[in-house]
Amino acid sequence: MVIRPRVSALDRKLLRDLWEMRGQALAIAAVVAAGVTMFVTYQSNFDALERTLAAYYERQRFADVFAAAARAPQRLASRLAAIPGVTVVDTRVVADVTLDVPGLAEPATGRLVSLPPEGASPLNAVLLRRGAWPDPARPDEVVASEVFCEAHGFAPGARVAALINGRRRTLTIVGIGLSPEYVYSVKAGEIFPDNRRYGIFWMNRRALAAAFDMEGGFNDVALKLAPDASADEAIAALDRLLEPYGGRGAYPRALQVSAWTLANELTQLRTFGFITPAIFLSVAAFILNIALTRALSLQRAQIAALKALGYANRAIAWHYVKWALAIAALGALAGIVGGWWLGAQMAALYNEFFRFPTLDYRLSPLVAVGSLAGSLVVAAAGAQAAVRRAVAVPPAEAMRPDSPARYRQSIGERWRVLRRLPHASRMILRNLERQPGRAALSVLGMAFAGAVLVIGLAFIDVMDVLIDEQFMRAMRQDVTLTFARPLSADAVHAVRRLPGVVSVEPMRVVPARLRVFHRHRTLAVTGLVGEPQLNRVVERSGEVLTLPAEGLVLSAMLAERLRVTAGESVRIEVLEGARPSFDVPVAALVDDSLGLQAYMRIDALRRLLREGGTVSAVAVQVEEGRLEQLTLALKQLPAVGGVAIRDAALRSFRQTMAEHLNVMIFFNVFFAGVIAFGVVYNAARVSLSERGRELASLRVLGFTRGEVALILLGELTLLTAVSLPLGVAIGYALGQFIMTIFTNEVYRLPFTVTAPTVAWTWLTVMAATLVSAWAVRRQLDGLDLVAVLKSRE
Amino acid sequence: MSDGPDPVFVARGLTKVYPMGEVVVQALRGVDFDLYPREFVVLLGPSGSGKSTLLNILGGLDVPTAGQVAYRDHDLATADEAALTEYRRSHVGFVFQFYNLIPSLTARENVALVTEIATEPTTPEEALGLVGLSDRLDHFPAQLSGGEQQRVAIARAIAKRPDVLLCDEPTGALDITTGVVVLEAIARVNQELGTATVVITHNAAIAAMADRVVRLADGRVVSVERNQTRVSPRELSW
Repeated sequence: MVIRPRVSALDRKLLRDLWEMRGQALAIAAVVAAGVTMFVTYQSNFDALERTLAAYYERQRFADVFAAAARAPQRLASRLAAIPGVTVVDTRVVADVTLDVPGLAEPATGRLVSLPPEGASPLNAVLLRRGAWPDPARPDEVVASEVFCEAHGFAPGARVAALINGRRRTLTIVGIGLSPEYVYSVKAGEIFPDNRRYGIFWMNRRALAAAFDMEGGFNDVALKLAPDASADEAIAALDRLLEPYGGRGAYPRALQVSAWTLANELTQLRTFGFITPAIFLSVAAFILNIALTRALSLQRAQIAALKALGYANRAIAWHYVKWALAIAALGALAGIVGGWWLGAQMAALYNEFFRFPTLDYRLSPLVAVGSLAGSLVVAAAGAQAAVRRAVAVPPAEAMRPDSPARYRQSIGERWRVLRRLPHASRMILRNLERQPGRAALSVLGMAFAGAVLVIGLAFIDVMDVLIDEQFMRAMRQDVTLTFARPLSADAVHAVRRLPGVVSVEPMRVVPARLRVFHRHRTLAVTGLVGEPQLNRVVERSGEVLTLPAEGLVLSAMLAERLRVTAGESVRIEVLEGARPSFDVPVAALVDDSLGLQAYMRIDALRRLLREGGTVSAVAVQVEEGRLEQLTLALKQLPAVGGVAIRDAALRSFRQTMAEHLNVMIFFNVFFAGVIAFGVVYNAARVSLSERGRELASLRVLGFTRGEVALILLGELTLLTAVSLPLGVAIGYALGQFIMTIFTNEVYRLPFTVTAPTVAWTWLTVMAATLVSAWAVRRQLDGLDLVAVLKSRE
Repeated sequence: MSDGPDPVFVARGLTKVYPMGEVVVQALRGVDFDLYPREFVVLLGPSGSGKSTLLNILGGLDVPTAGQVAYRDHDLATADEAALTEYRRSHVGFVFQFYNLIPSLTARENVALVTEIATEPTTPEEALGLVGLSDRLDHFPAQLSGGEQQRVAIARAIAKRPDVLLCDEPTGALDITTGVVVLEAIARVNQELGTATVVITHNAAIAAMADRVVRLADGRVVSVERNQTRVSPRELSW
């Protein structure tokens, strides 16, 4: 060997010692790597999303305030521009229409958004990806959203039929575009995007205005504010000005559906990106501690020799801390590379849900350096206790062999029954009891592997519960028809006569602002029959509510936001028609999972509005097998503004979630397996190293390999068994905690763990235990009896 | 004891008590001891007589429970950890019964452990040459015989040019032929470099190669003899 003068003898020892314990070092590094991979994946996607959004919003001039109205005259625009702080006003015509898409049996919904005649929109500018802008001379040319075109395989030139204000027209897609307003495009009132059944279409303003009687007027407006302007004041002024024209209530960018969803996603990424890596790194720190404690006790004599040679305690301690740092650095570097790669896959998945011009994904140096530094700090923390203990032993004492380990009868053996246990079991129990702290840490480490699995897998459960609640218990209708405008009770009878319809329930949905003092929310009050059979109001507990004869039923979350309870009253400011206002008592609260909901008996709501049997939507139950017949008929009905088909929505949702979740689950299972393996393998290696002499002695006495393995692996089995329920408990608690972070006005998902999740968790942890047991068993079988007995510790 | 140069070590009334497992060991019960420059002393006694404890205290690996001990003007009884480390690093060379080499380092690297932190060391190659191991520089401890390992340990001890060489049963784990080679190496260091040397042994035959023989039993000095002539290790037999 050639001496390289720069590497000190002590560092050379470090490298060779690490190589000697490479199995354990790799197992620990793998846990660190898993944690860092997750950290880098989540945080670099957070960075990418945040950076991309900021640039996209900036370049396409995403508005700060949005508002819709019934119909306002164009001349109002100059007054809107005069609102203090407003720098740009963009009036538009926006309308939702029913689409008849070739290849799609059921009707879809299109949102038509006007393009200004003079070219580029001053705000929320559309980015043309392919094709051309509509020719101003051709009223039926449109730019369609990219996700919709992708879902249908449409290229420029494709045609889609639309029922525009009662008239069937064929739209020609000439261009494919994106908008910062619809990065996440979900149909109003739905939970998840369905790109096949919902598309955005930008068309010439003149053509759109003509179709909806909006010439010289607008029904939608977006504002850009000066950087220092107050959004609240601008919103209040805008609401006042739009009030006479059927203003629906203005809202800031933060509450715009797409922007809100993205902001929410960012929060989740950041939260997940800290919690999961923190778990992994803590586990890594603890197995480092155990592995190093053992390695140091094996090096007791070497430490003494180094001290005798004149090495200071600090130098020796630093030497051993460097073991931990080297392992952590190896893991962190692997994790940074892994996270970089996995992050890119995740960014690609994001493109399914959110559509940007390009997602500017790259590994941020801060994230890379931060994860490396974090891993080193955690490793040093895990190592320092072990190192300090070993180095503190006075050299003369370290020179003497360790005094024999102190065993005693285990607590269990004081019970008469357990005294009859075979010797092997007694050795297992006594050994565990001798080092209860370490046994507890091993159990905790494996439990965290289980917890990671529970959290990961339980997200499927949470979604299943949501689906069950929304699609099986609450929305039991096969189809929901929304009318373009409120109709008379005759409409209900007309729907009942459509092919395949079994039963129909009327609904009256009224856009309104609910106000309690200065607190308010703009939403829809839904009028339902007293005991709905189709569209029901369901508690999270599964209980079905009967609507009281009078008064409002509010979502618990809405009541919390407005700070009202049952018995108090809420001001309802209706945002359509004659826009009446009235005070209505809150009759009951419903503890539901989704959104800000307000319900009333339909007859009570009609009385308030002083109208007869009006309906704005109907819930329809369809005869088995006749759905297609019905949807075909619906495509031709001009009065129908929107059609929601439960099965289609459910299918689309399941498909998207399946793609997304499968990837997530794979990595969760893989990483949790890494933790479990790291913990168990280390525990087994340490046990083998400590008890090699003892086990070899038993072999000399005539014990078989299997019997000896039982003593060592029996201990691991016991630890694993204890860790299983604990892991579920920790996972449940952590999951609850994560859910409280994710809870917002729209989602209040209960954290749910089902039996299959528990079963898969346990199977994964047990599989990891088996793999490490197998690895250690191979070493146990290779035990050199004579050499082990001769070796002096 | 005698006129002449100042002693290297002066120890008076050394007492040492330490716990071992669940029992308390009284290792030294009032020991007086001196060591002079260039002197070769053998500490003789059965196991448990306190020889190793005395050596550890002289070497700054341990401190006495009571009594005084000084290396030249350094008080070793009251020195703190840092001072003892500095003392070991600059003045003491250790040789142990079980060699205590670092198994993951080659012979040369084991010696380099010391030369890297000493102020005026020899090169590892010189030190290993002095013990006759020039051809084993890049062997790991596991590739060396017991005698060779012990000679690496001696090379490691003398590479820093120590003022005192302390050897704890250096031949305890060796057969007679290899033992003689090791003792020759120690004697050569003592004579050629003038390093004051203390060798612990329970083997009375080795006493003949010393200037002075101090016998311990049960934690006390029972006799001190001065040899008129030193016998070469090659002439020893046991």
